[in-house]
Amino acid sequence: MLRLTRGARIALGAVVGIVLVFMYVPLMLVIVNSFNAARIPSWPIEEFSLRWWEAAFANQALWTAVGNSVIVGLGAMVIALLLGTLSAFALQRFEFFGKQTVNLLIVLPIALPGVVTGVAFSNTYNNVLEPIGIQLGYFGMIVAHATFCIVMVFNNVFARLRRMSPSMQEASMDLGASLWQTFRLVTFPQFRTAFVAGALLAFALSFDELVVTIFTAPAGVDTLPLWIFNQMSRPNEATQVNVIATVLILLSFIPVYVSQRLTRAQEDER
Amino acid sequence: MTSTATKPVSTLLYRSRRLRLGSLLTLPLVWLVGLYIASLALLLATAFWRVDPFTSKVTPAFQFDAFEQLLSNQAYLSTSLRTLGIALTVTVVSAAFAIPLGIYMAKIASPWMRAFLAVAITLPLWAGYLVKILAMRVTFTEEGFFNSFFGVFGISGPGFSQTTVVLTLTYLWFPYMALPVYTAIRQIPVNLFDASADLGARGWTTIRTVVLPLLAPALIAGSVFTFSLSLGDYIAAELVGGRTQMIGSVIANNINLNPPVAAAFALVPIAFVVVYLLGTRRTGALERM
Repeated sequence: MLRLTRGARIALGAVVGIVLVFMYVPLMLVIVNSFNAARIPSWPIEEFSLRWWEAAFANQALWTAVGNSVIVGLGAMVIALLLGTLSAFALQRFEFFGKQTVNLLIVLPIALPGVVTGVAFSNTYNNVLEPIGIQLGYFGMIVAHATFCIVMVFNNVFARLRRMSPSMQEASMDLGASLWQTFRLVTFPQFRTAFVAGALLAFALSFDELVVTIFTAPAGVDTLPLWIFNQMSRPNEATQVNVIATVLILLSFIPVYVSQRLTRAQEDER
Repeated sequence: MTSTATKPVSTLLYRSRRLRLGSLLTLPLVWLVGLYIASLALLLATAFWRVDPFTSKVTPAFQFDAFEQLLSNQAYLSTSLRTLGIALTVTVVSAAFAIPLGIYMAKIASPWMRAFLAVAITLPLWAGYLVKILAMRVTFTEEGFFNSFFGVFGISGPGFSQTTVVLTLTYLWFPYMALPVYTAIRQIPVNLFDASADLGARGWTTIRTVVLPLLAPALIAGSVFTFSLSLGDYIAAELVGGRTQMIGSVIANNINLNPPVAAAFALVPIAFVVVYLLGTRRTGALERM
Protein backbone atom coordinates (compact mmCIF):
# COMPACT_ATOMS: atom_id res chain seq x y z
CA MET A 1 0.00 0.00 0.00
CA LEU A 2 0.95 3.57 -0.52
CA ARG A 3 1.55 5.01 2.94
CA LEU A 4 0.68 8.65 3.13
CA THR A 5 0.57 10.94 6.12
CA ARG A 6 -2.68 12.56 7.10
CA GLY A 7 -1.40 15.87 5.82
CA ALA A 8 -0.53 14.38 2.45
CA ARG A 9 -3.96 12.81 2.10
CA ILE A 10 -5.61 16.13 2.90
CA ALA A 11 -3.38 17.91 0.39
CA LEU A 12 -4.26 15.42 -2.34
CA GLY A 13 -7.95 15.69 -1.47
CA ALA A 14 -7.67 19.47 -1.70
CA VAL A 15 -6.22 19.21 -5.23
CA VAL A 16 -9.15 17.00 -6.25
CA GLY A 17 -11.50 19.59 -4.76
CA ILE A 18 -9.86 22.40 -6.72
CA VAL A 19 -10.06 20.38 -9.95
CA LEU A 20 -13.75 19.64 -9.44
CA VAL A 21 -14.56 23.27 -8.59
CA PHE A 22 -12.58 24.47 -11.62
CA MET A 23 -14.34 22.00 -13.89
CA TYR A 24 -17.89 22.33 -12.70
CA VAL A 25 -18.48 25.82 -11.28
CA PRO A 26 -18.11 27.47 -14.72
CA LEU A 27 -20.54 24.96 -16.24
CA MET A 28 -23.04 25.63 -13.44
CA LEU A 29 -22.67 29.35 -14.06
CA VAL A 30 -23.68 28.80 -17.68
CA ILE A 31 -26.77 26.87 -16.61
CA VAL A 32 -27.77 29.47 -14.01
CA ASN A 33 -27.11 32.30 -16.43
CA SER A 34 -29.51 30.89 -18.98
CA PHE A 35 -32.21 32.03 -16.52
CA ASN A 36 -30.63 35.45 -16.09
CA ALA A 37 -32.97 38.16 -17.29
CA ALA A 38 -30.06 40.55 -17.95
CA ARG A 39 -28.33 40.85 -21.30
CA ILE A 40 -24.83 40.36 -19.95
CA PRO A 41 -23.76 37.51 -17.64
CA SER A 42 -23.37 39.76 -14.59
CA TRP A 43 -23.06 38.30 -11.11
CA PRO A 44 -24.92 38.16 -8.78
CA ILE A 45 -28.03 37.62 -10.87
CA GLU A 46 -30.67 40.20 -10.05
CA GLU A 47 -33.67 38.90 -11.89
CA PHE A 48 -34.47 35.42 -13.12
CA SER A 49 -36.58 34.81 -16.18
CA LEU A 50 -37.35 32.30 -18.89
CA ARG A 51 -37.31 34.87 -21.66
CA TRP A 52 -34.09 33.60 -23.30
CA TRP A 53 -35.37 30.03 -23.23
CA GLU A 54 -38.54 31.12 -25.01
CA ALA A 55 -36.54 33.21 -27.47
CA ALA A 56 -34.14 30.35 -28.21
CA PHE A 57 -36.88 27.80 -28.84
CA ALA A 58 -38.67 30.22 -31.16
CA ASN A 59 -35.45 30.98 -33.03
CA GLN A 60 -35.71 29.44 -36.50
CA ALA A 61 -32.06 30.14 -37.38
CA LEU A 62 -30.96 28.13 -34.35
CA TRP A 63 -33.05 25.13 -35.33
CA THR A 64 -31.76 25.27 -38.90
CA ALA A 65 -28.23 25.28 -37.51
CA VAL A 66 -28.98 22.23 -35.37
CA GLY A 67 -30.40 20.47 -38.42
CA ASN A 68 -27.29 21.26 -40.45
CA SER A 69 -25.04 19.94 -37.69
CA VAL A 70 -26.97 16.68 -37.57
CA ILE A 71 -26.82 16.25 -41.36
CA VAL A 72 -23.11 17.02 -41.54
CA GLY A 73 -22.42 14.80 -38.51
CA LEU A 74 -24.30 11.86 -39.98
CA GLY A 75 -22.71 12.30 -43.40
CA ALA A 76 -19.21 12.50 -41.94
CA MET A 77 -19.98 9.53 -39.71
CA VAL A 78 -21.05 7.29 -42.59
CA ILE A 79 -17.97 8.13 -44.67
CA ALA A 80 -15.70 7.71 -41.66
CA LEU A 81 -17.26 4.34 -40.83
CA LEU A 82 -16.56 3.07 -44.32
CA LEU A 83 -13.02 4.43 -44.67
CA GLY A 84 -12.06 3.82 -41.02
CA THR A 85 -13.19 0.19 -41.07
CA LEU A 86 -11.51 -0.52 -44.42
CA SER A 87 -8.20 0.92 -43.27
CA ALA A 88 -8.41 -0.82 -39.89
CA PHE A 89 -8.76 -4.17 -41.65
CA ALA A 90 -5.92 -3.37 -44.04
CA LEU A 91 -3.54 -2.32 -41.29
CA GLN A 92 -4.50 -5.07 -38.87
CA ARG A 93 -4.59 -8.02 -41.25
CA PHE A 94 -1.70 -7.23 -43.57
CA GLU A 95 1.98 -6.46 -43.39
CA PHE A 96 3.06 -4.21 -46.23
CA PHE A 97 5.56 -1.57 -47.18
CA GLY A 98 4.52 1.89 -46.00
CA LYS A 99 2.18 0.66 -43.28
CA GLN A 100 3.50 3.23 -40.79
CA THR A 101 2.94 5.97 -43.34
CA VAL A 102 -0.69 4.97 -43.87
CA ASN A 103 -1.16 4.99 -40.11
CA LEU A 104 0.32 8.50 -39.95
CA LEU A 105 -1.96 9.61 -42.80
CA ILE A 106 -5.02 8.59 -40.82
CA VAL A 107 -3.89 10.40 -37.66
CA LEU A 108 -2.60 13.51 -39.43
CA PRO A 109 -5.94 15.31 -40.00
CA ILE A 110 -6.59 15.35 -36.27
CA ALA A 111 -2.98 15.93 -35.21
CA LEU A 112 -2.61 19.06 -37.30
CA PRO A 113 -4.37 22.22 -36.10
CA GLY A 114 -7.94 22.60 -37.34
CA VAL A 115 -7.06 25.94 -38.88
CA VAL A 116 -4.49 24.28 -41.17
CA THR A 117 -6.94 21.56 -42.25
CA GLY A 118 -9.74 24.07 -42.74
CA VAL A 119 -7.64 26.52 -44.72
CA ALA A 120 -6.21 23.72 -46.87
CA PHE A 121 -9.67 22.45 -47.85
CA SER A 122 -11.13 25.89 -48.47
CA ASN A 123 -8.11 26.73 -50.62
CA THR A 124 -8.73 23.63 -52.74
CA TYR A 125 -12.47 24.26 -52.99
CA ASN A 126 -12.18 27.93 -53.91
CA ASN A 127 -9.04 28.03 -56.01
CA VAL A 128 -9.00 24.64 -57.73
CA LEU A 129 -12.44 23.06 -57.90
CA GLU A 130 -14.52 26.19 -58.36
CA PRO A 131 -12.56 27.51 -61.37
CA ILE A 132 -13.08 24.18 -63.15
CA GLY A 133 -16.78 24.29 -62.40
CA ILE A 134 -17.10 21.94 -59.43
CA GLN A 135 -19.14 23.48 -56.63
CA LEU A 136 -19.00 21.21 -53.59
CA GLY A 137 -20.92 23.63 -51.39
CA TYR A 138 -22.58 21.79 -48.54
CA PHE A 139 -20.87 18.52 -49.40
CA GLY A 140 -17.45 20.15 -49.04
CA MET A 141 -18.13 20.62 -45.35
CA ILE A 142 -19.02 16.93 -44.98
CA VAL A 143 -15.87 15.89 -46.85
CA ALA A 144 -13.67 17.98 -44.53
CA HIS A 145 -15.39 16.65 -41.40
CA ALA A 146 -15.21 13.03 -42.56
CA THR A 147 -11.46 13.37 -43.08
CA PHE A 148 -10.68 14.03 -39.43
CA CYS A 149 -13.37 11.59 -38.20
CA ILE A 150 -11.77 8.54 -39.89
CA VAL A 151 -9.26 8.15 -37.07
CA MET A 152 -12.03 7.69 -34.48
CA VAL A 153 -13.52 4.69 -36.27
CA PHE A 154 -10.09 3.39 -37.21
CA ASN A 155 -8.78 3.43 -33.62
CA ASN A 156 -11.78 1.61 -32.22
CA VAL A 157 -12.08 -1.05 -34.90
CA PHE A 158 -8.31 -1.59 -35.09
CA ALA A 159 -8.03 -2.14 -31.34
CA ARG A 160 -10.86 -4.65 -31.43
CA LEU A 161 -9.50 -6.56 -34.45
CA ARG A 162 -6.21 -6.97 -32.65
CA ARG A 163 -7.97 -8.97 -29.97
CA MET A 164 -10.02 -11.08 -32.40
CA SER A 165 -8.77 -14.44 -33.49
CA PRO A 166 -8.84 -15.01 -37.28
CA SER A 167 -9.54 -18.72 -36.83
CA MET A 168 -13.34 -18.18 -36.66
CA GLN A 169 -13.30 -16.58 -40.09
CA GLU A 170 -11.08 -19.31 -41.48
CA ALA A 171 -13.52 -21.87 -40.14
CA SER A 172 -16.40 -20.00 -41.75
CA MET A 173 -14.65 -19.89 -45.12
CA ASP A 174 -13.67 -23.56 -44.85
CA LEU A 175 -17.33 -24.37 -44.36
CA GLY A 176 -18.07 -22.71 -47.67
CA ALA A 177 -19.26 -19.25 -46.72
CA SER A 178 -18.40 -16.43 -49.09
CA LEU A 179 -16.32 -13.45 -47.95
CA TRP A 180 -19.44 -11.32 -47.57
CA GLN A 181 -21.32 -14.02 -45.65
CA THR A 182 -18.33 -14.47 -43.36
CA PHE A 183 -18.07 -10.76 -42.78
CA ARG A 184 -21.78 -10.35 -42.12
CA LEU A 185 -22.31 -13.41 -39.95
CA VAL A 186 -18.96 -14.00 -38.25
CA THR A 187 -16.63 -11.00 -38.34
CA PHE A 188 -18.98 -8.05 -37.97
CA PRO A 189 -20.83 -9.30 -34.87
CA GLN A 190 -17.46 -9.58 -33.16
CA PHE A 191 -16.51 -5.94 -33.61
CA ARG A 192 -19.99 -4.42 -33.60
CA THR A 193 -19.58 -2.55 -30.30
CA ALA A 194 -16.28 -1.05 -31.45
CA PHE A 195 -18.01 -0.03 -34.68
CA VAL A 196 -20.82 1.69 -32.76
CA ALA A 197 -18.37 3.37 -30.39
CA GLY A 198 -16.40 4.66 -33.37
CA ALA A 199 -19.59 5.93 -35.00
CA LEU A 200 -20.61 7.74 -31.83
CA LEU A 201 -17.20 9.36 -31.45
CA ALA A 202 -17.08 10.37 -35.11
CA PHE A 203 -20.51 11.97 -34.91
CA ALA A 204 -19.66 13.77 -31.67
CA LEU A 205 -16.38 15.04 -33.09
CA SER A 206 -18.10 16.41 -36.18
CA PHE A 207 -21.02 17.85 -34.21
CA ASP A 208 -18.59 19.81 -32.03
CA GLU A 209 -16.20 20.99 -34.75
CA LEU A 210 -15.93 24.71 -35.24
CA VAL A 211 -12.64 25.70 -36.86
CA VAL A 212 -12.77 23.45 -39.92
CA THR A 213 -16.41 24.46 -40.38
CA ILE A 214 -15.56 28.17 -40.32
CA PHE A 215 -13.47 27.70 -43.45
CA THR A 216 -15.49 25.07 -45.31
CA ALA A 217 -19.13 26.02 -44.68
CA PRO A 218 -20.77 27.55 -47.75
CA ALA A 219 -21.88 31.16 -47.37
CA GLY A 220 -25.07 31.55 -45.37
CA VAL A 221 -25.01 28.04 -43.90
CA ASP A 222 -24.58 27.75 -40.13
CA THR A 223 -23.88 24.63 -38.14
CA LEU A 224 -24.65 24.79 -34.43
CA PRO A 225 -21.06 25.62 -33.34
CA LEU A 226 -20.85 28.22 -36.09
CA TRP A 227 -24.10 29.81 -34.94
CA ILE A 228 -22.91 29.86 -31.30
CA PHE A 229 -19.57 31.30 -32.36
CA ASN A 230 -21.20 34.09 -34.34
CA GLN A 231 -23.41 34.94 -31.38
CA MET A 232 -20.45 34.94 -29.01
CA SER A 233 -18.51 37.24 -31.29
CA ARG A 234 -21.20 39.85 -30.65
CA PRO A 235 -20.98 39.93 -26.84
CA ASN A 236 -24.25 41.72 -26.16
CA GLU A 237 -26.35 39.29 -28.14
CA ALA A 238 -25.06 36.11 -26.55
CA THR A 239 -28.09 35.60 -24.33
CA GLN A 240 -29.60 32.63 -26.15
CA VAL A 241 -26.19 30.98 -26.25
CA ASN A 242 -26.45 30.21 -22.53
CA VAL A 243 -29.70 28.37 -23.21
CA ILE A 244 -28.34 26.18 -25.99
CA ALA A 245 -25.14 25.60 -23.96
CA THR A 246 -27.26 24.41 -21.03
CA VAL A 247 -29.06 21.98 -23.32
CA LEU A 248 -25.69 20.72 -24.63
CA ILE A 249 -24.37 20.23 -21.09
CA LEU A 250 -27.44 18.17 -20.21
CA LEU A 251 -27.16 16.18 -23.47
CA SER A 252 -23.56 15.28 -22.64
CA PHE A 253 -24.87 12.81 -20.07
CA ILE A 254 -26.15 10.62 -22.94
CA PRO A 255 -22.79 9.69 -24.51
CA VAL A 256 -21.28 9.12 -21.06
CA TYR A 257 -24.14 6.76 -20.25
CA VAL A 258 -23.88 5.01 -23.62
CA SER A 259 -20.11 4.61 -23.35
CA GLN A 260 -20.51 3.08 -19.89
CA ARG A 261 -23.02 0.64 -21.36
CA LEU A 262 -20.73 -0.13 -24.31
CA THR A 263 -17.80 -0.83 -21.99
CA ARG A 264 -19.99 -3.26 -20.10
CA ALA A 265 -21.20 -4.86 -23.34
CA GLN A 266 -17.60 -5.22 -24.49
CA GLU A 267 -16.67 -6.94 -21.25
CA ASP A 268 -19.58 -9.32 -21.72
CA GLU A 269 -18.53 -10.13 -25.27
CA ARG A 270 -15.04 -11.07 -24.26
CA MET B 1 -15.25 -26.50 -58.69
CA THR B 2 -18.83 -25.56 -57.96
CA SER B 3 -17.80 -23.08 -55.28
CA THR B 4 -15.49 -21.37 -57.74
CA ALA B 5 -18.35 -20.98 -60.12
CA THR B 6 -20.83 -19.75 -57.54
CA LYS B 7 -18.56 -17.42 -55.58
CA PRO B 8 -16.22 -15.91 -58.15
CA VAL B 9 -15.42 -12.74 -56.16
CA SER B 10 -14.67 -14.57 -52.93
CA THR B 11 -12.47 -17.06 -54.71
CA LEU B 12 -10.57 -14.42 -56.58
CA LEU B 13 -9.97 -12.38 -53.44
CA TYR B 14 -9.06 -15.46 -51.46
CA ARG B 15 -6.39 -16.36 -53.97
CA SER B 16 -4.75 -12.98 -54.29
CA ARG B 17 -3.44 -11.32 -51.18
CA ARG B 18 -2.55 -8.22 -53.13
CA LEU B 19 -6.07 -7.90 -54.46
CA ARG B 20 -7.49 -8.19 -50.95
CA LEU B 21 -5.18 -5.51 -49.60
CA GLY B 22 -5.86 -3.33 -52.60
CA SER B 23 -9.60 -3.56 -52.24
CA LEU B 24 -9.31 -2.51 -48.59
CA LEU B 25 -6.82 0.32 -49.01
CA THR B 26 -7.82 1.96 -52.29
CA LEU B 27 -10.74 4.04 -51.04
CA PRO B 28 -9.08 5.32 -47.83
CA LEU B 29 -5.89 6.19 -49.71
CA VAL B 30 -7.69 7.95 -52.56
CA TRP B 31 -9.53 10.03 -49.96
CA LEU B 32 -6.58 10.81 -47.69
CA VAL B 33 -3.93 11.35 -50.36
CA GLY B 34 -6.05 12.59 -53.23
CA LEU B 35 -8.08 15.01 -51.15
CA TYR B 36 -6.28 15.76 -47.92
CA ILE B 37 -2.59 15.53 -48.69
CA ALA B 38 -3.14 17.14 -52.08
CA SER B 39 -4.96 20.03 -50.38
CA LEU B 40 -2.16 20.43 -47.83
CA ALA B 41 0.49 20.34 -50.55
CA LEU B 42 -1.41 22.88 -52.57
CA LEU B 43 -1.75 25.17 -49.56
CA LEU B 44 1.97 24.97 -48.89
CA ALA B 45 2.69 25.62 -52.56
CA THR B 46 0.64 28.82 -52.24
CA ALA B 47 3.33 30.07 -49.86
CA PHE B 48 5.60 30.55 -52.90
CA TRP B 49 2.97 32.25 -55.03
CA ARG B 50 2.70 35.89 -55.90
CA VAL B 51 0.11 38.39 -54.78
CA ASP B 52 -0.65 41.05 -57.33
CA PRO B 53 -0.29 44.33 -55.42
CA PHE B 54 -3.12 46.00 -57.38
CA THR B 55 -5.78 43.33 -57.80
CA SER B 56 -4.60 41.28 -54.76
CA LYS B 57 -5.10 38.18 -56.89
CA VAL B 58 -2.80 35.26 -56.25
CA THR B 59 -0.90 33.83 -59.19
CA PRO B 60 1.40 30.80 -59.29
CA ALA B 61 5.05 31.71 -59.00
CA PHE B 62 8.15 30.60 -57.19
CA GLN B 63 9.30 33.32 -54.85
CA PHE B 64 10.16 33.63 -51.18
CA ASP B 65 8.41 36.93 -50.43
CA ALA B 66 6.04 35.39 -47.90
CA PHE B 67 8.89 33.82 -45.96
CA GLU B 68 10.84 37.07 -46.05
CA GLN B 69 7.84 38.88 -44.64
CA LEU B 70 7.56 36.32 -41.86
CA LEU B 71 11.21 36.54 -40.93
CA SER B 72 11.51 40.31 -41.15
CA ASN B 73 8.42 41.07 -39.11
CA GLN B 74 9.05 40.84 -35.39
CA ALA B 75 5.34 40.34 -34.68
CA TYR B 76 5.27 36.92 -36.37
CA LEU B 77 8.21 35.67 -34.33
CA SER B 78 6.74 36.87 -31.06
CA THR B 79 3.37 35.32 -31.95
CA SER B 80 5.06 31.98 -32.58
CA LEU B 81 6.97 32.11 -29.31
CA ARG B 82 3.89 33.26 -27.38
CA THR B 83 1.84 30.40 -28.79
CA LEU B 84 4.58 27.91 -27.97
CA GLY B 85 4.77 29.31 -24.43
CA ILE B 86 1.00 29.06 -23.97
CA ALA B 87 0.93 25.45 -25.22
CA LEU B 88 3.80 24.43 -22.92
CA THR B 89 2.25 26.19 -19.91
CA VAL B 90 -1.09 24.45 -20.52
CA THR B 91 0.75 21.11 -20.68
CA VAL B 92 2.71 21.70 -17.47
CA VAL B 93 -0.32 22.96 -15.52
CA SER B 94 -2.42 20.01 -16.72
CA ALA B 95 0.26 17.53 -15.64
CA ALA B 96 0.71 19.28 -12.28
CA PHE B 97 -2.96 18.71 -11.48
CA ALA B 98 -3.37 15.35 -13.22
CA ILE B 99 -0.72 13.58 -11.12
CA PRO B 100 -2.16 14.31 -7.64
CA LEU B 101 -5.66 13.72 -8.99
CA GLY B 102 -4.61 10.35 -10.41
CA ILE B 103 -2.86 9.32 -7.17
CA TYR B 104 -5.93 10.26 -5.16
CA MET B 105 -8.28 8.37 -7.50
CA ALA B 106 -6.15 5.25 -7.74
CA LYS B 107 -4.83 4.96 -4.22
CA ILE B 108 -6.98 6.86 -1.73
CA ALA B 109 -10.53 7.09 -3.09
CA SER B 110 -13.09 4.43 -2.22
CA PRO B 111 -14.37 2.37 -5.18
CA TRP B 112 -17.53 4.46 -5.29
CA MET B 113 -15.59 7.72 -5.20
CA ARG B 114 -13.22 6.41 -7.87
CA ALA B 115 -16.09 5.61 -10.26
CA PHE B 116 -17.65 8.99 -9.53
CA LEU B 117 -14.42 10.88 -10.26
CA ALA B 118 -13.81 8.88 -13.45
CA VAL B 119 -17.21 9.99 -14.77
CA ALA B 120 -16.69 13.51 -13.43
CA ILE B 121 -13.48 13.89 -15.46
CA THR B 122 -14.97 12.40 -18.63
CA LEU B 123 -18.25 14.29 -18.63
CA PRO B 124 -16.87 17.73 -19.58
CA LEU B 125 -15.19 16.12 -22.61
CA TRP B 126 -18.64 15.76 -24.11
CA ALA B 127 -19.96 19.14 -23.05
CA GLY B 128 -18.75 20.84 -26.20
CA TYR B 129 -15.82 23.03 -27.09
CA LEU B 130 -17.68 26.33 -27.32
CA VAL B 131 -19.77 25.52 -24.25
CA LYS B 132 -16.59 25.37 -22.21
CA ILE B 133 -15.21 28.58 -23.70
CA LEU B 134 -18.56 30.21 -22.92
CA ALA B 135 -18.29 28.90 -19.35
CA MET B 136 -14.91 30.58 -18.97
CA ARG B 137 -16.31 33.80 -20.43
CA VAL B 138 -19.19 33.80 -17.98
CA THR B 139 -16.76 33.16 -15.12
CA PHE B 140 -14.12 35.73 -15.93
CA THR B 141 -16.05 38.52 -17.64
CA GLU B 142 -15.66 41.97 -16.12
CA GLU B 143 -18.84 41.95 -14.04
CA GLY B 144 -18.95 38.19 -13.82
CA PHE B 145 -18.71 35.59 -11.11
CA PHE B 146 -14.96 35.59 -10.42
CA ASN B 147 -14.62 39.32 -9.88
CA SER B 148 -17.78 39.50 -7.85
CA PHE B 149 -16.90 36.49 -5.67
CA PHE B 150 -13.23 37.20 -5.09
CA GLY B 151 -13.66 40.96 -5.14
CA VAL B 152 -14.73 40.62 -1.49
CA PHE B 153 -11.16 39.56 -0.70
CA GLY B 154 -9.74 42.36 -2.82
CA ILE B 155 -8.72 39.96 -5.61
CA SER B 156 -9.56 40.91 -9.16
CA GLY B 157 -9.58 38.29 -11.90
CA PRO B 158 -7.49 38.11 -15.05
CA GLY B 159 -10.34 39.46 -17.19
CA PHE B 160 -9.93 38.57 -20.85
CA SER B 161 -6.18 38.17 -21.21
CA GLN B 162 -3.42 35.72 -21.99
CA THR B 163 -3.81 34.21 -18.50
CA THR B 164 -7.45 33.48 -19.27
CA VAL B 165 -6.41 31.86 -22.55
CA VAL B 166 -4.10 29.51 -20.61
CA LEU B 167 -6.86 28.78 -18.08
CA THR B 168 -9.39 28.15 -20.84
CA LEU B 169 -7.12 25.84 -22.83
CA THR B 170 -6.28 23.94 -19.64
CA TYR B 171 -10.00 23.70 -18.97
CA LEU B 172 -10.56 22.33 -22.47
CA TRP B 173 -7.78 19.75 -22.64
CA PHE B 174 -7.18 18.72 -19.00
CA PRO B 175 -9.16 15.43 -19.28
CA TYR B 176 -6.85 14.28 -22.09
CA MET B 177 -3.98 14.45 -19.58
CA ALA B 178 -5.89 13.29 -16.50
CA LEU B 179 -7.29 10.07 -17.98
CA PRO B 180 -4.05 8.45 -19.23
CA VAL B 181 -2.23 9.48 -16.04
CA TYR B 182 -4.94 7.94 -13.86
CA THR B 183 -4.99 4.74 -15.94
CA ALA B 184 -1.20 4.47 -15.69
CA ILE B 185 -1.22 4.84 -11.90
CA ARG B 186 -3.90 2.16 -11.61
CA GLN B 187 -1.78 -0.18 -13.70
CA ILE B 188 1.23 0.04 -11.41
CA PRO B 189 1.39 -3.36 -9.63
CA VAL B 190 0.37 -3.12 -5.97
CA ASN B 191 3.42 -5.05 -4.82
CA LEU B 192 5.67 -2.25 -6.01
CA PHE B 193 4.05 -0.02 -3.43
CA ASP B 194 4.36 -2.76 -0.81
CA ALA B 195 8.02 -3.29 -1.63
CA SER B 196 8.69 0.43 -1.46
CA ALA B 197 6.95 0.67 1.91
CA ASP B 198 8.73 -2.41 3.25
CA LEU B 199 12.04 -0.87 2.33
CA GLY B 200 11.09 2.05 4.53
CA ALA B 201 10.04 4.62 1.94
CA ARG B 202 7.47 7.16 3.07
CA GLY B 203 4.62 8.20 0.81
CA TRP B 204 6.32 11.09 -0.95
CA THR B 205 9.49 9.07 -1.50
CA THR B 206 7.45 6.30 -3.12
CA ILE B 207 5.65 8.80 -5.32
CA ARG B 208 8.88 10.45 -6.38
CA THR B 209 10.99 7.34 -6.95
CA VAL B 210 8.41 4.72 -7.99
CA VAL B 211 5.29 6.40 -9.36
CA LEU B 212 6.69 9.34 -11.31
CA PRO B 213 9.23 7.37 -13.41
CA LEU B 214 6.50 4.88 -14.35
CA LEU B 215 4.20 7.74 -15.34
CA ALA B 216 6.47 9.11 -18.07
CA PRO B 217 4.72 7.35 -21.00
CA ALA B 218 1.28 8.47 -19.83
CA LEU B 219 2.48 12.04 -19.31
CA ILE B 220 3.95 12.07 -22.80
CA ALA B 221 0.78 10.62 -24.33
CA GLY B 222 -1.33 13.22 -22.52
CA SER B 223 1.02 16.04 -23.45
CA VAL B 224 0.64 15.22 -27.15
CA PHE B 225 -3.01 16.23 -26.80
CA THR B 226 -2.62 19.21 -24.48
CA PHE B 227 0.33 20.55 -26.48
CA SER B 228 -0.86 20.11 -30.05
CA LEU B 229 -4.48 21.05 -29.34
CA SER B 230 -3.39 24.23 -27.55
CA LEU B 231 -0.85 25.08 -30.20
CA GLY B 232 -3.38 25.06 -33.01
CA ASP B 233 -6.18 26.83 -31.19
CA TYR B 234 -7.09 30.41 -31.86
CA ILE B 235 -10.78 30.54 -30.95
CA ALA B 236 -9.98 30.75 -27.23
CA ALA B 237 -7.62 33.64 -27.91
CA GLU B 238 -10.32 35.36 -29.93
CA LEU B 239 -13.12 34.88 -27.39
CA VAL B 240 -11.38 35.17 -24.01
CA GLY B 241 -7.94 36.49 -24.89
CA GLY B 242 -8.58 40.18 -25.23
CA ARG B 243 -5.85 41.21 -27.66
CA THR B 244 -3.91 37.96 -27.42
CA GLN B 245 -2.93 36.65 -30.85
CA MET B 246 -1.90 33.10 -31.52
CA ILE B 247 -0.48 31.39 -34.60
CA GLY B 248 -3.96 30.33 -35.71
CA SER B 249 -5.23 33.91 -35.49
CA VAL B 250 -2.57 35.07 -37.92
CA ILE B 251 -3.34 32.25 -40.38
CA ALA B 252 -7.09 32.86 -40.18
CA ASN B 253 -6.73 36.63 -40.58
CA ASN B 254 -4.41 36.41 -43.56
CA ILE B 255 -6.02 33.66 -45.59
CA ASN B 256 -8.12 36.08 -47.62
CA LEU B 257 -5.88 39.15 -47.53
CA ASN B 258 -2.53 37.53 -48.14
CA PRO B 259 -2.78 33.77 -48.80
CA PRO B 260 0.97 33.22 -49.29
CA VAL B 261 1.76 34.60 -45.83
CA ALA B 262 -1.02 32.51 -44.26
CA ALA B 263 0.25 29.41 -46.04
CA ALA B 264 3.85 30.04 -45.05
CA PHE B 265 2.83 30.66 -41.45
CA ALA B 266 0.83 27.40 -41.43
CA LEU B 267 4.20 25.67 -41.65
CA VAL B 268 5.06 26.85 -38.14
CA PRO B 269 2.45 24.82 -36.19
CA ILE B 270 2.98 21.88 -38.57
CA ALA B 271 6.69 21.99 -37.78
CA PHE B 272 6.09 22.28 -34.02
CA VAL B 273 3.63 19.37 -33.99
CA VAL B 274 5.80 17.14 -36.18
CA VAL B 275 8.92 17.83 -34.09
CA TYR B 276 6.96 17.14 -30.91
CA LEU B 277 5.46 13.93 -32.31
CA LEU B 278 8.84 12.69 -33.53
CA GLY B 279 10.38 13.53 -30.16
CA THR B 280 7.71 11.61 -28.28
CA ARG B 281 7.72 8.75 -30.78
CA ARG B 282 11.27 7.92 -29.82
CA THR B 283 10.08 7.28 -26.29
CA GLY B 284 7.58 4.70 -27.55
CA ALA B 285 4.76 6.30 -25.55
CA LEU B 286 2.48 6.66 -28.57
CA GLU B 287 2.21 2.92 -29.09
CA ARG B 288 0.04 2.75 -25.99
CA MET B 289 -2.43 5.42 -26.95
